Amino acid sequence: MIDERLAGILADSFWKILLPGLTMTIPLTAIAFFLALIIAAAAALVQFANVRGLKQLSRFYIWVARGTPLLVQLYVVFYGLPRLGVVIDPFPAAVIVFSLNEGAYCAEIIRAALESVPVGQLEAGYCVGMSYMQTMRRIILPQAARTAFPSLSNSLIAMVKDTSLAANITVAEMFMATQKIVARTYEPLALYIEVGLIYLLFSTVLTKLQSVGEKKLNIYEET
Amino acid sequence: MLQVENIRKSFGPLEVLKGVSLRVEQGDVVAILGPSGSGKTTLLRCMNFLETADGGTMTFDGETFPLAGMARRDAARLRKKTAFVFQDYNLFRNKTALQNVTEGLVIARKTPRDQAVSIARRALEKVGMADRENHYPHQLSGGQQQRVAIARAIAANPEIIFFDEPTSALDPELTGEVLAVMRQLADEGMTMLVVTHEMGFARTVSNRVIFMEDGVVVEEAPSRAFFESPREERSRAFLRTVRSAGTADDSI
Repeated sequence: MIDERLAGILADSFWKILLPGLTMTIPLTAIAFFLALIIAAAAALVQFANVRGLKQLSRFYIWVARGTPLLVQLYVVFYGLPRLGVVIDPFPAAVIVFSLNEGAYCAEIIRAALESVPVGQLEAGYCVGMSYMQTMRRIILPQAARTAFPSLSNSLIAMVKDTSLAANITVAEMFMATQKIVARTYEPLALYIEVGLIYLLFSTVLTKLQSVGEKKLNIYEET
Repeated sequence: MLQVENIRKSFGPLEVLKGVSLRVEQGDVVAILGPSGSGKTTLLRCMNFLETADGGTMTFDGETFPLAGMARRDAARLRKKTAFVFQDYNLFRNKTALQNVTEGLVIARKTPRDQAVSIARRALEKVGMADRENHYPHQLSGGQQQRVAIARAIAANPEIIFFDEPTSALDPELTGEVLAVMRQLADEGMTMLVVTHEMGFARTVSNRVIFMEDGVVVEEAPSRAFFESPREERSRAFLRTVRSAGTADDSI
C-alpha cells in the first residue's frame, strides 16, 4: 500500500510539518498558556477573595469565553475586528484568543482548587498570627496548586491540539503546513494521519511531564 | 488578664450566645462545659475573632475593644498574644511538623529562621514529637497531629491558649496522650481556656469551671465545688447525664 512515492512524500513532509510545529505550535501554546494561567489566577482569586465588582467581571468573562466557540472567537478577532479598524497579525491574534479562551477554563479549575482547601487552614494561619495574604501565599495557594495541577496539565494538552484551529486565521502552524502539502500531493489520508501522529507525540511528551510533576508534588498528599 | 463582657452572637435567626461574660486571670485553667449546641465553641471562636460577635466587649491586658466592630489590625495584634488549638488540629497540610511550628514564628513574627527552628524543636520535644519533626500531617496519627498543634501553639509563647474540644476527634487511647500534654502545660502555669467534654480533665486539671447551656453561663465555680456540689439544678442534671454515660470519671 505504501509505495515508494508515498514513502518519499511522508519522509519529505515529516520535517516540513514538524518544523512549524517547533516554531509555531509550541511557541503559540507556551505563550498563550502562560498568559492563560495569569488571567485564570487573577479571575479565580478575585472570586475566592470575594472582591466586589471584579468578581462579577470575572464571572461575566468566564461566561462569555466558555459559552462561545473557540473558532468563532478566532474569526471575530481576526476577521471581525478590522471592521473597527483593529487589525492584528495572525500570530498575536491567536495568542490573544487562545489565552482568553483557555484562561476562562483554567480560572474555574483554580477556583475549585482554592475552594477545596479546608477553611480550617486559613483559620489556623490567622491563629498563628499570619495575615490573609501571608496565609494565601504560604498555605492555601500551594495546596490549591497541588489540586489544580492534573486538571491544568489536561488543559495544556488539549490546547496543543486546539492550536490547529489557528490555521483558520492563517497562522502557519503544523496543520496549515500539512494542508499545503496535501494540496500539492493529493495524499490526504497518509498526511493527515502523519500530522495526527506528530500531535500525539507532543501530547505524549506532555503527559510524561505531567506524571513527573505530579510525583514531585505528591510529597505531602495521602494517596 | 482577659475579660469579655456580654458577648452576643446569632447565626441567622438562631441566637447562639445571649450575653456571655467571663474573666480569665493569669495562670487560670478554665474549663468550659456544657451540652452540644450550648455555644461553647462559638464563644471561643468569637474570643479569637474567627467569628465576628454581634456585640460585647473584650478587655485584654488593660485595653478594651468592642467585639462587633473590631478593626482587623487590632484583631491580628491580639491574636499574636494568643494561640488556638482546634478540634480537628488544622495542621498546615503542606508543611512538616517542624515547619508547622516555625511557620507562624518566621512569617508572622519575623523570628530569624535558625532561632525559630530551635524554639520549634524545644516545643516538639515538650509534646513528645521531636522524633517526628520531618513528618507531614497525614503521616501522623490524630493524637500526634494534635500534639504538634499544641507545640505550634506554645512556640509563640502566648499569654493564653484557647482549646476547642481538643480531644473530641480522637480515639480514647489517643485522647490520653493529648490530655497528658495539656496537664503538663497547666502544671507549668500556662493560662488556658478549654472547651471540653472530658470531665476527668475538667475536674482534676482546671481550677475553674464555666457551665453553659443555651447560650448563657448557667454556673461558674471552682472545679472542685462544681463537681462536688453544683449550685444550679441544670448543672446537676448535666452532671447526672455525663456520669450515667460513664465519662465523668475518665482518668487521665
